[in-house]
Amino acid sequence: MVKNIKLISVVFLVIVSFFILLKGLNKTNNYSPNLNSSKIDFNFKAKFLYSDEETTLYELINDKDFSIINIWASWCLPCRDEHSFLLNLKSLDKLNIIGINYKDNEINAKKFIKELGNPYSKIVVDPSGVNSIELGAYGVPETILINNNSKTILKKYIGPLDDEKFAELKLIIKNEN
Amino acid sequence: MKIKILIFIIIWLVSFFNFSYADNSEKVDQISKNLRCLICQGQSVYDSQSDFALSMKILIQNKIDEGKNDEQIYDFLKSKYGEWIVYDPEINKNTVLLWVLPLILFIFGGILILRKVSIK
Repeated sequence: MVKNIKLISVVFLVIVSFFILLKGLNKTNNYSPNLNSSKIDFNFKAKFLYSDEETTLYELINDKDFSIINIWASWCLPCRDEHSFLLNLKSLDKLNIIGINYKDNEINAKKFIKELGNPYSKIVVDPSGVNSIELGAYGVPETILINNNSKTILKKYIGPLDDEKFAELKLIIKNEN
Repeated sequence: MKIKILIFIIIWLVSFFNFSYADNSEKVDQISKNLRCLICQGQSVYDSQSDFALSMKILIQNKIDEGKNDEQIYDFLKSKYGEWIVYDPEINKNTVLLWVLPLILFIFGGILILRKVSIK
């Protein structure tokens, strides 16, 4: 009897731990861009890069039907890579691209824009990084697609844009309406 | 005598100011120790010096200054970054096994021991 219980318990434990580990394999917990709440329930203040005026998030996402908020910095190399995609997106009529300059030096940021072109209709600065945290960002670069009318986040990309993400962005903007 | 009283009052005021300051930053430490630094490997926000963690600490300080309590700050961050950001997992259908399994094993072990004792 005792022998039996030992055997059963060992088998039971092995089976349970097997399934726990199996379940763990399918789930990647760090870096989950899943949105818990897509509703924009915050309204931060930020200063413009090219003037000393302050603005709020709601003011920024007021024009047109969609906004892309792109978090970038001149010291961030992947931001350079994705810049051409942003310049490309600029041509879409329904879309407004807003840049958040993350923890950057003002002179370098302006140089970056001068060198690579300006896809943004407005650029605000985030010297302490707090505004990016309010947006639920992890770092740079990060791109958030917002529906301006419903004030909801449609899509969020962590890391630089590439061909695949670019195509997906265009498709979402085309289909939503 | 008057000067002594004056000095005493000044020191008393200064110490009071320091106390209130220390109290506040301790609170940031306490909250940030319970938060996982999402872009670091196995570090809390408190331990990390990454840009993400530094910003997070400023944000927590701002929220405290706004008069938010611990619960509200955790809830805010959970709504932005998900359950994963807090070290203390809530009981829900995904984590129920995590909470219940040790209890089951404990009871199972207890039964084993009891059986062994009663057989002898």
